[in-house]
Amino acid sequence: MHLNNEENAMLAGDFGPAVKWALEHQLQVGRMFDAKDMVAVSQSHMMADPESLGEAGVAFTEKLAETNTRVCIPMITDPRGVDLEYYKPIGQTESMAVLERRFIAACKKMGITMTNTCINYQTIMPPVFGDHVAFGDTGVVIYSNSVCGARSNFEGGPSALAAGLTGRTPRYGLHLDSNRRSTKRYQVAEEPNDLMDWGLLGATIGRMAGSYWEVPVIEGIEKVPSSDQLKHFGAAMASYGSVPLFHIVGITPECNKLEDVGGLSLGVKKITDEAIRNLKEPFTAVGDPVDVVVFAAPQLSIIEMSKLAELCNGRERAAKTDVIVCTSAQVYADAVSMGYVAKIETFGGQVLVGTCFYQQYAREIGESNGWKRLLSNSAKIVNILGGYGYQPSLATMEACIASAEKGIIVK
Amino acid sequence: MRKELKCHVGIGPEVRGVALVADDNFSARYDLDRINGVFSRPQHKLYGKSYKDVILVLNTAKGGVATAWMLYEMASREIAPKAILFNNANTILAQGAALAKMAMVDRFEDGDVTKLVKTGDHLIVCPDEGKVVFVN
Repeated sequence: MHLNNEENAMLAGDFGPAVKWALEHQLQVGRMFDAKDMVAVSQSHMMADPESLGEAGVAFTEKLAETNTRVCIPMITDPRGVDLEYYKPIGQTESMAVLERRFIAACKKMGITMTNTCINYQTIMPPVFGDHVAFGDTGVVIYSNSVCGARSNFEGGPSALAAGLTGRTPRYGLHLDSNRRSTKRYQVAEEPNDLMDWGLLGATIGRMAGSYWEVPVIEGIEKVPSSDQLKHFGAAMASYGSVPLFHIVGITPECNKLEDVGGLSLGVKKITDEAIRNLKEPFTAVGDPVDVVVFAAPQLSIIEMSKLAELCNGRERAAKTDVIVCTSAQVYADAVSMGYVAKIETFGGQVLVGTCFYQQYAREIGESNGWKRLLSNSAKIVNILGGYGYQPSLATMEACIASAEKGIIVK
Repeated sequence: MRKELKCHVGIGPEVRGVALVADDNFSARYDLDRINGVFSRPQHKLYGKSYKDVILVLNTAKGGVATAWMLYEMASREIAPKAILFNNANTILAQGAALAKMAMVDRFEDGDVTKLVKTGDHLIVCPDEGKVVFVN
């Protein structure tokens, strides 16, 4: 890879050992993906919950922080794994909280802003068209690439941290125009409406596309979707297919017309109702008792919190069915002032702040609380939690609340 | 029988080990019980199998970014694969391998690596040279 004078100085250790580590890390990754040089990035966003970090990851980060090196671009964080104001009641241990506190301290020492959110594109500082960024969280990346027209690869925690320290990232993947052209073309027969249906559509396309290196272009969406709809659509597509970018003809900014992304020559695959039903079928369990209803993945926007509060208003959950809601601190403050949190809590729900359910020791809290049958309106979360010992099911937000009220899954 | 497979230059050290192969995808978050070192997603084709010290051979990566930290954490406890071979790695897996100092290669010249390698094959993985050598 070609390095400029500043990058060579970083590699030589002139900026300290933390920056030297960061550039060496980036060179290894860049070599594997044939990067020719580095590209400056305007922001970094790091996924790093204590369950994935473990003692090793926290100690690694602390060691970097001990060098007194600070990040050189705005750097923010994905949801935490422990809501430090509410962790013992959901079965998290003190050792989990200690790990979380240590990591937060190390991040702050490096100048990282603890936003703890996976909806930064709705709440913090959305990237602008053409903006090169180093974002973690697949939902953040696919939304930023597709809806904002920014340029980011999936940057795992270590690489996002490296980008924060060097202010750049290897120029490969979606930083290159050539990799942003469509490779698969899909025709949607019916435009979804509910958030769950948008998630199912994204999941179906993600599963069909099936690779980080595929770029779906989608036809048949006429009505401009909301930010929340595209949030669920993208998060599910990334979850099921590891897909980091999609185009919707006439909707997303790089694809006013199909030919803008090279889609004319691609064969069309129809997204049938049957394909969507097949994806949903394993997540259908009407009539089963439900242990926990979860609204998360991605964290809820203020609009989703508003809708949820209205659904909860004047009702009460069944005694044996817990309700967990995950949102960001930024949304939470508004949701408190608007009375949404009070309505959800009166229903019997618990609003967690700055966390996301699957990132907070999902196996351990499931075992601690006896949660097995889980219900959510997030196609992403039901995809993840099967490996954590849950029996996940999928329903609309309305059906989730009705199920929580009755204690069994209803249509 | 093939003696070696050419692939793209990868990441990590040269390692020797026994292959565990499936035509399936991979996420440390979605698929693994990392405490016990086994595949824990019931739908995964390697469900119930131990991944400790094997050379995993899979199709591609799926899902989220957590695997980047998780490979490092798994390697620190020495309950990790020695190497992972993919038809196509994604960026997260490569980044995780770099931090964990785990061997990883992808893009095989002769086709689908999940068909070219069989479970139980003894392999040497050479990321710097972009090749995998059969030793049995």
